[in-house]
Amino acid sequence: MNELPGELAYAPTHEWARLDDDGRVVVGISDYAQEQLGDVVYVELPELDQDVAAAEESAVVESVKAASDIYAPVSGTVVALNDALADAPELVNEDPYGRGWFFAIEPSDPSQLEDLLDASAYSEHCESAAQDDGGDEDA
Amino acid sequence: MALRRTPLHALHRSAGAVMIDFAGWSMPLRYGSQIEEHHAVRADAGMFDVSHMTIIDVRDARGGNGHAQALLRQLIANDVARLDAPGKALYGTLLNESGGIVDDVIAYRLQDRFRVVANASTRERVLSWCTRWAADFAVAVEERPDLAMVAIQGPAAVQRFVAATGHSGAAALQRFQALTADTWMIARTGYTGEDGLEVLAPGADAAALWQRLAEGGVRPIGFGARDTLRLEAGLNLYGHDMDETTSPLESNLGWTVAWTPKERAFIGRDALEAQRGAKPAAKLTGLALTQRGVMRRGMRVATAAGDGVITSGAFAPSLGCSVALARVPRGAAGDAQVTVRGEPKPARLLRPPFWRDGARTFE
Repeated sequence: MNELPGELAYAPTHEWARLDDDGRVVVGISDYAQEQLGDVVYVELPELDQDVAAAEESAVVESVKAASDIYAPVSGTVVALNDALADAPELVNEDPYGRGWFFAIEPSDPSQLEDLLDASAYSEHCESAAQDDGGDEDA
Repeated sequence: MALRRTPLHALHRSAGAVMIDFAGWSMPLRYGSQIEEHHAVRADAGMFDVSHMTIIDVRDARGGNGHAQALLRQLIANDVARLDAPGKALYGTLLNESGGIVDDVIAYRLQDRFRVVANASTRERVLSWCTRWAADFAVAVEERPDLAMVAIQGPAAVQRFVAATGHSGAAALQRFQALTADTWMIARTGYTGEDGLEVLAPGADAAALWQRLAEGGVRPIGFGARDTLRLEAGLNLYGHDMDETTSPLESNLGWTVAWTPKERAFIGRDALEAQRGAKPAAKLTGLALTQRGVMRRGMRVATAAGDGVITSGAFAPSLGCSVALARVPRGAAGDAQVTVRGEPKPARLLRPPFWRDGARTFE
């Protein structure tokens, strides 16, 4: 697996969260997740100003393989959307930690970030998930 | 149980392919981006390892083709007697006595035998079905697991194959025509809606062929893109769009049934004639979603004539929207609604194919 950005926090459901200086939490999906999904063809984002709750469905990714729910890593209000995904969903595959971000949340309880995994714990989580899948042999 | 491997397995692994279990075989799903692989076939040429397919030779026990032809005229609802010269091939279905589809196949007339290419998922069923009916005929039914099968597909496929292998005869083949060259059979057939070839060759030759094609600019394509290519081309997938409970008339395959001569008693004919007279209740047709979203197998389709179900659905890279095959009431036409993740979305019923001769078939 590629090096995981150390500054991000990760949910076991494969979303990442980044706390920016302005207090907003930017959300996307991990490189591992995009690799598992295959090419992304549509992203259904939440509405602006929508309230989302931690670990609840807040977006949907349709890939060539399947539709997958995206869970908000923290609770709060959606304050920004990545509109570029409407015309270029492939950004999720090409740049999952950068231009492939999904939305930003104004968190109601920033301490929820501490409940997420750091890069090394998330990396272990992915490795054990891969093994449950039968490893890379015919997974 | 360990998955079966084709002679190209090691090459797929070293190319970094994501491998999947397909009908008990370890096959490549994709090497990189599935959508890029799809576009490569539409724009230029791609190659597919389809060595998992079941290849069956049928020939007379004492040499020749006559008894083999008689058997296949009973087994296949299309009529192999229409293959009036060696090298000609046709697409058809094997039916059970109720008219349900046991498998879909391509049958080739070769100089000294017929060759039937069947699906991998139906292997045991088809082999036992052929062997059972062959008991009445002086024929030998022989599986050919020694042969690998590589499909080269796309507008530049034939030209690139000839350049890579020197088999210039391939360029002169008509659609559904094959040539044999020593131990190879080269056929102008495929499963993508593009021009191209399917090559059946001894397993020991497969890796060299694959590598030479790769050097000649033919890109490896996985089963993911294979599925979206065939879906856009309106080609059925056995076990999804048809099975032993559906007839050719209910599977958009009425054109593959040879009704004449009337006296040819192929298996399932009586049931099929009865269904034809009474008109089948259901048909297999196409759907295009007119909004964002992806139709998938199993989703409900609501039409003015009643409800149906999607048998294959995907995002279609060449069309920029989701298309599907669906089994719906016979009278269904026009607008429909598909329930995508609990939400009804507007769709249009269309006659497949969605893609033909390098262009979309609908606006």
